[in-house]
Amino acid sequence: MKFDTPAGANPIDQLKVVGQPLDRIDGPLKTTGTAPYAYERHDVAPNQAYGHVVGAGIARGRVTAMDIAAARAAAGVIAIVTTLDTPRLAKAKRNAAPLFGGAEIQHYHQAIAVVVAESFEQARAAAQLIRVSYAREPGRFDLAAAAGSAPLVGGDSEEGSGAPPEDRRGDFEGAFGAAPVRLDQTYTTPDESHAMMEPHASIAAWEGDRLTVWTSSQMIAWGKADLATTLGLPPEKVRLVSPYIGGGFGGKLFLRADAVLAALGARAAGRPVKVALTRPLVANNTTHRPATIQRIRIGAGRDGRITAIAHESTSGNLKDGKPETAVQQSKLLYAGANRLTAMRLAELDLPEGNAMRAPGEAPGLMALEIAMDEMAEKLGLDPVRFRILNDTQVDPEHPERPFSHRQLVECLSRGAERFGWSGRNPKPGERRDGRWLVGMGMAAGFRNNLLTKSAARVRLDREGIVTVETDMTDIGTGSYTIIAQTAAEMMGLPIDKVRVRLGDSDFPVSAGSGGQWGANNSTAGVYAACVKLREAVAQRLGFNSADAAFAEGMVRAGNRSAPLGQAAGEAGLVAEDGIEYGDLAKRYQQSTFAGHFVEVAVDAATGETRVRRMLAVCAAGRILNPKSARSQVIGAMTMGVGAALMEDLVVDKRLGFFVNHDLAGYEVPVHADIPHQEVIFLDEVDPVSSPMKAKGVGELGLCGVGAAIANAVYNATGIRVRDYPITLDKLLDRLPEMA
Amino acid sequence: MPASDTPSVTRRSAMAGAAASAAAASLPPVALAQAPSAAAPAGALEAPVTATLSLTVNGEAQSLELDTRTTLLDALREHLHLTGTKKGCDHGQCGACTVILDGKRVYSCLTLAVMHEGDAVTTIEGLGRPDSLHPMQAAFVKHDGYQCGYCTPGQICASVAMLEEIKAGIPSHVTADLTAAAQTTAEEIRERMSGNICRCGAYSNILDAITEVAERQA
Ligand code: FES
Ligand code: FES
Repeated sequence: MKFDTPAGANPIDQLKVVGQPLDRIDGPLKTTGTAPYAYERHDVAPNQAYGHVVGAGIARGRVTAMDIAAARAAAGVIAIVTTLDTPRLAKAKRNAAPLFGGAEIQHYHQAIAVVVAESFEQARAAAQLIRVSYAREPGRFDLAAAAGSAPLVGGDSEEGSGAPPEDRRGDFEGAFGAAPVRLDQTYTTPDESHAMMEPHASIAAWEGDRLTVWTSSQMIAWGKADLATTLGLPPEKVRLVSPYIGGGFGGKLFLRADAVLAALGARAAGRPVKVALTRPLVANNTTHRPATIQRIRIGAGRDGRITAIAHESTSGNLKDGKPETAVQQSKLLYAGANRLTAMRLAELDLPEGNAMRAPGEAPGLMALEIAMDEMAEKLGLDPVRFRILNDTQVDPEHPERPFSHRQLVECLSRGAERFGWSGRNPKPGERRDGRWLVGMGMAAGFRNNLLTKSAARVRLDREGIVTVETDMTDIGTGSYTIIAQTAAEMMGLPIDKVRVRLGDSDFPVSAGSGGQWGANNSTAGVYAACVKLREAVAQRLGFNSADAAFAEGMVRAGNRSAPLGQAAGEAGLVAEDGIEYGDLAKRYQQSTFAGHFVEVAVDAATGETRVRRMLAVCAAGRILNPKSARSQVIGAMTMGVGAALMEDLVVDKRLGFFVNHDLAGYEVPVHADIPHQEVIFLDEVDPVSSPMKAKGVGELGLCGVGAAIANAVYNATGIRVRDYPITLDKLLDRLPEMA
Repeated sequence: MPASDTPSVTRRSAMAGAAASAAAASLPPVALAQAPSAAAPAGALEAPVTATLSLTVNGEAQSLELDTRTTLLDALREHLHLTGTKKGCDHGQCGACTVILDGKRVYSCLTLAVMHEGDAVTTIEGLGRPDSLHPMQAAFVKHDGYQCGYCTPGQICASVAMLEEIKAGIPSHVTADLTAAAQTTAEEIRERMSGNICRCGAYSNILDAITEVAERQA
């Protein structure tokens, strides 16, 4: 189905099932431990052996020798595959760092061997016996040191936020120079780790030259194509299966070493092999969100209107890596005639930087929205008011292009009212609650809505059960449930008459889970397939499909009616289709918006920051399931607390690796860090986005949270921290005198 | 977590081995060549030491012949195929592997299986089944106290045992009055559940789920 004109009325608008806050259909499986994740598939292939991955102990250089004699002779060892006896594997399109093969080491913990043994304990013990000799070469590990000479580089995160190397509108320098009120500040964000709870894991089994991998992947089609490229196999020989994914956040968008080494290990061992990356490998072997240094300049008239805005960001990556597109939202969020964005990319020898939840916007807004707070203060304006003053209903770089739907102002004013923003003391450091300094902060949230084609197959059986099959994944996002809701609405069924099968490359190719595009596009694909199924049903029953109505398990046309299952007959009915998009995304800027509000308390003596209250008001099209959508947003807000206050992959600048590569050293929020969180979804449908009239929320919930917290800390203490995370050492020597 | 005073030599030597690559990396730059196949730990080449273990899992007697290095977590997941208990870190840093051992919650990755001769273990599979959910499981579904579901079995086992700890009057770091009965407040629950990370960030909903069950029990 081609979607090239805004959606009119359609069966989804009934909202009998879609839009309802239903419990997740996979809930009983997840809460009883019966949902099977990648490493747990004892059922799929007999006689599985265990693979243990060894990572390189240097960041750059060559492996000169590997002595595997002792490991090979260790009890239980079946096979060892080393990088020296494997020619460099082809690098797939979406990988910047090579995953395996050859002597060259490009980053710390690059995989250099997999040891396959009868048991996990034997594989792990034998792996410790491998002796590796390296010729280490000096590397570049310090972003700040490399930033000065970093060239301008454009890029696209593959998750939708792209920007050219440099983009100009009007005369930024002239307008900035002439502006009566100016801000010129630099902000930094650190490297961050996805730290999803389930480490990357795969089971590989060969049948002749056919390979099946049960894995943990957000993007089945990407993974299948890239695994085929990497191993030099025709894609039709590769099958990927990933029905449950223990978190991804972008870390499982791309093929990683677990799948490759499970496949190579299985080939060498002559039997199925399962591999999970150990937790310490996750930070340095896989990808991370790259650190940024961002300079922001804003010029405004005394009336508070922005006349000039510039956002420049520098990040680092491996030779073939891309920049973190942190300037992206600054192209679209606020009005202003004179604009500049620029990205610089320094070549570094750290592990591969790549997409993490809201790549671009997450770190970009952490900087931009502090800058807006600072600017509001300079202007003597309330920060909410300042943002509202600079709202735009058109793409500021291309004023002929309107937003399809933009309710940023509503998000901000509704949020301010709900949160009690008028009670905030604009003078920082004034509000005390015993030993606590208390403050409020806010920020705008922004994330683009991305359209990407997505297909599904729907089957109807004679019991009237509809089964949906698509390679879409559910990474905790609620895909199972919203897809079931979509099919139920379309076919006139209660949700318990719908089965959903996901995450198998034998199913039609979907949008997959990334860039908060999963919900809208995958359900739109199911919508398209259901439209076809409805036609097939009407035809089978001899009804005129134009006036066939589907409700309560029945099909009605004129004065005729029949149970839905009757149309299926013995053989059943199958329909397959997908959604494809015309140029609506070019004609309209499609984005999602939020207002984030936070109250923090900072210990006046220790500088410890505690988040007391959080509110997000979101405008993101139709909300397909308010319960699971709310969870997406509170989860993202939680990640925002991490980004603001604790998350920081610490770089060892001499040896070139992330030092705190486990869950004790890389701190993420725990229960005690998170207060009650409130989420409001504005009533919105966006017919330009798809027949579902929905948009994404999973990343929007993160965008802006970090800055809202930083601004709250400033309001509480009077201390402006521009280098994330805001740890107590950055506050301690500047805290107000204790009374 | 119950402290173990049993020395676990195997695990320690495994950790010493794991540190080898990091140790190599911390040598001064330039040549890093190590003497090939130097001291391979004796014993590693030989067949593993095994032990027989009898324990009760979810009310069922189980007898296992295990490599003594096997953690309780891997005994459950790899030997009994009870994969509801998750491995998030294998290092006692995340809580995904939480099970209930003789009524108390433990990280099953931090304890060797052979230390549990005769013990009774309850895993997530023992609390309830998809068609007969334990009240805590049902509350997690109702309040959407999960997203990816990977930390969920650990969260649920921890919350069930945690409410018992409060009932038993065991104080926590945030209990103001050590002599009074511990209260089931939001602050207490958050503090006591902080050994279970949820990277999906379902905390606010998990708290609602636990609170509902606690109130019903009260
Ligand atoms: S797996 Fe045991 S605490 Fe993480
Ligand atoms: S539900 Fe994903 S980590 Fe908790």
